[in-house]
Amino acid sequence: MLISPPVLALNGISLTVTLLLALAAGFALQVVRHWDIESGSERQLELERRTYLISTLVTWCFGAAVVSLLLFVYNAEQMTTQFVGAMCATGVLNAHPLGWPTLFLKILVFFAGAAWLMLNRLDNQAPDYPLVRVKYWILLGLLPLVALETGAQLGYFLGLDPDVITSCCGALFSAEGAGVAATVSALDPGWSLVALYGSGLLVLGVGLVHGWRSRSGASGTGFALAGALAFAAALAAIVSCVALYIYAHPHHHCPFCILKGGHGFIGYWLYIPLFTAAALSLGVGLCSPWGRIPSLRAATRADGRRFAAVSLGLFAGFYAVATYAILTSNLTMQGVWW
Amino acid sequence: MREWLRRQRYLIDYSLSALARRPGKHVGLLVVYTLIVFLLASVMLFTHALRREAALVLADSPQIILQRQVAGRHDLMPLEYLERIGRLRGVSALYGRLWGYFYDPAVRANYTLMVPPESSTGHRAPDPGEITIGSGIARTRGLAVGDYLSLRSARGEPFSFRVASLLPTTTELVSTDLMLLSAADFRRFFAYPEDRVTDIVLEVRNPREVRTVAEKLILALPDTRPILREEILRTYDAVFGWRQGLVFVLLAGAVLAFVIFAWDRASGLSGEERREIGILKSIGWETGDVLRMKFWEGTILSLTAFSLGYLLAYAHVFYGSAALFEPVLKGWAVLYPEIRPIPFVDGLQVATLLAFTVFPYTVATIIPIWRAAVMDPDAVMR
Amino acid sequence: MITLRDVSKVFNQGRGNELWAVRGVTLDLDPNQMTVLRGPSGSGKTTLLSMIGALSRPTSGRILLDGELLSNLPERFMTQVRRRTFGFVFQGFNLIRGLSVLENVMLPAYPLAPVHGDLRRRALALLAQFGIERKAGERVEWLSGGEAQRTAICRALINEPRILIADEPTANLDSRLSRELVGLLDELRALGKTVLVSSHDPLVFESDRVHRVLEMRDGRLAEDSRC
Repeated sequence: MLISPPVLALNGISLTVTLLLALAAGFALQVVRHWDIESGSERQLELERRTYLISTLVTWCFGAAVVSLLLFVYNAEQMTTQFVGAMCATGVLNAHPLGWPTLFLKILVFFAGAAWLMLNRLDNQAPDYPLVRVKYWILLGLLPLVALETGAQLGYFLGLDPDVITSCCGALFSAEGAGVAATVSALDPGWSLVALYGSGLLVLGVGLVHGWRSRSGASGTGFALAGALAFAAALAAIVSCVALYIYAHPHHHCPFCILKGGHGFIGYWLYIPLFTAAALSLGVGLCSPWGRIPSLRAATRADGRRFAAVSLGLFAGFYAVATYAILTSNLTMQGVWW
Repeated sequence: MREWLRRQRYLIDYSLSALARRPGKHVGLLVVYTLIVFLLASVMLFTHALRREAALVLADSPQIILQRQVAGRHDLMPLEYLERIGRLRGVSALYGRLWGYFYDPAVRANYTLMVPPESSTGHRAPDPGEITIGSGIARTRGLAVGDYLSLRSARGEPFSFRVASLLPTTTELVSTDLMLLSAADFRRFFAYPEDRVTDIVLEVRNPREVRTVAEKLILALPDTRPILREEILRTYDAVFGWRQGLVFVLLAGAVLAFVIFAWDRASGLSGEERREIGILKSIGWETGDVLRMKFWEGTILSLTAFSLGYLLAYAHVFYGSAALFEPVLKGWAVLYPEIRPIPFVDGLQVATLLAFTVFPYTVATIIPIWRAAVMDPDAVMR
Repeated sequence: MITLRDVSKVFNQGRGNELWAVRGVTLDLDPNQMTVLRGPSGSGKTTLLSMIGALSRPTSGRILLDGELLSNLPERFMTQVRRRTFGFVFQGFNLIRGLSVLENVMLPAYPLAPVHGDLRRRALALLAQFGIERKAGERVEWLSGGEAQRTAICRALINEPRILIADEPTANLDSRLSRELVGLLDELRALGKTVLVSSHDPLVFESDRVHRVLEMRDGRLAEDSRC
């Protein structure tokens, strides 16, 4: 077991988040069982007070989860010296079978939390709290996810053995290997860029339609799907094309090395807008079907427009940074790819 | 968006005035908070600086050190092994080293005696009869350039060495107990056999080949053991890492006490404070507004304590040489290097510190703040 | 304008010290009038006032404001309605000690986040209207009873509410100031506001500026006299 402070901090945060969410879920269960908006009884008043606590707890848990995700990646970067064969975060994550699952679970928690908070915000704008039961049932469903993430992370750090020789990004993300990572790396750069910009235009189109023209909730779901597609295409493009330009190396596909200082921390400028934009589009998709409830109609429309706008702005920012990276790179593949 | 910013400004305004109106209550918490941050930050800054220094200094250490083992213990290396290795591909430098330890009963300290290799860029071997010593030896024996150091050799004869120069203080961490002398003096002093060296050093052209070369060495010379620089670095990292972690675990008790204290402070609203919140609720502030205002209070306290604690820790470590921590983190030795750590701050460090201080504080105050904020708006009327 | 239908409020329901503060009150309040709620202490005046003024919810019954249901709104929305519609002057003034007069007056507007300059001007104008603008920077602990009363009134008016509710406003005032206060309240009424006052002070409920006096006893409305 590696008891360095960042590892202690990560495990502490995840454990605390799980406990706080369990507390919130406990209150949520009470609310779901006894909620009666029409009644003015003391119990109803107490339940309404509890909803503030639940919101506060979940908001803090989400904030902690975001920090924990960044900390996890950053820490993996820093731990590379302790593992033979590791030269970036990829190597550290490879050193134990729970490494990658922990990362994916953390990302999942991020998206789930963001979407829930947007739903909660929507519900709070209607005097009759129409979505109370729905959202708290969803919250109860989030608890196992968070607990799973805590467990996976703990298992990962407990099982990490510095004597294990691990392989780094060169082996995992090389075009010749087997597995998902290798397949993505082997994608033709031209096609991946087409997919990238194509999905970007799709998301832009659907987003504009949803925000400014549409009447139904279906466009919101469409926006979420387009956002997910754009997200996937963006990750694939980063691994198969954009990263190569950033490193100015035609075979270095690693998605983590772009977070290093040596590349101007450009990785953060790419990932933060991308993740936020995708999370917002997912949230919009989750919220828009509820526009059919009369008390929420106006709020759904207003929120939908606002968050679609922010999401599109961030997507645009991401594409701008990616294009900038490609255009200003020292790598020229004229004649090879183009 | 602008309205949201304006609202936060108003809430912060109120929080600041609320804090200022009750300095006594908050000063106590602030002091404890700052102390916790100070302790943890000092440990982190110090360990990190040491680690960095070790890495920097070791950057020039040899990539592979080959030692001979007899029955599991270190033994002297025959010079002919050098020829046996010479035929390996990828090796760019290859030479034998002479070094050893000497126990000086006068000061009960161990010195490391070494003959600088010819290829060494920093130092040429001292002339016969002369030595170059590290600052630790100079300090404990009270020696300056031109003084004489008398040591008892392996055969019992006293050897008198003249101090020709001192090693630079910037390398104190690893050179404090080092003594450089000529090869001839070394062999005579230790009665070293002529056909032996202490170990062999190899440099490999391609860093990725180091492990392969090491494997070939083990095959060619089965009674030897290669030690890789990357392994040394990893060990240093790990040792510093778990030492730091150990101190943090010990301090966990302090953090827990702080958390309980914070909870208590946040829950213990005086009658006056309760009245104030009741008034706010009655004049039109909703629960959400009061919650946000109280969290701004906490944030202001946290930021103040964190900045203050961190700055104090920085001053403590980099200007006061971490006077409080040296014994635990440096280990036991008679010759303490007097190091001036190089200031080094990074994001992970700050984030970890926040996770150990501000995060627990905030979590501890969530429920007490909520309880205060959900007060009934008509409470002041009853 | 404000309608109450069979409104009741109970405290500590189901427990040994259960208390029905208000029972089955049915009432229609007309706009632009000064109404006084009169009764001994413990009669439920304060509880009734707090329910009318959207400070608390009735246990049963309905309260409507301009035909819209007010009583079943959750706290967030009730507060929003209250901010726009009601201004409260409390018995004992309930000003925040340590803050200046101006700051106290501006406080109710903070959650609405108006532009600071506008808010300040509005607050100073109110203070001038009630003759205490010289005291704007002073701490409220150092005000006299009458000045504190005016500060409380200014605070109640900062968000330009339609309805002003005052709970025992003359409790800490002498006769001269009490009469002045009733005059002030009537002036506000003349400006278009509706005024609701609870008081057991004869100077108030026997004043000729009062349109209607409601008598409460043991949580019920006993007498309703109009002038």
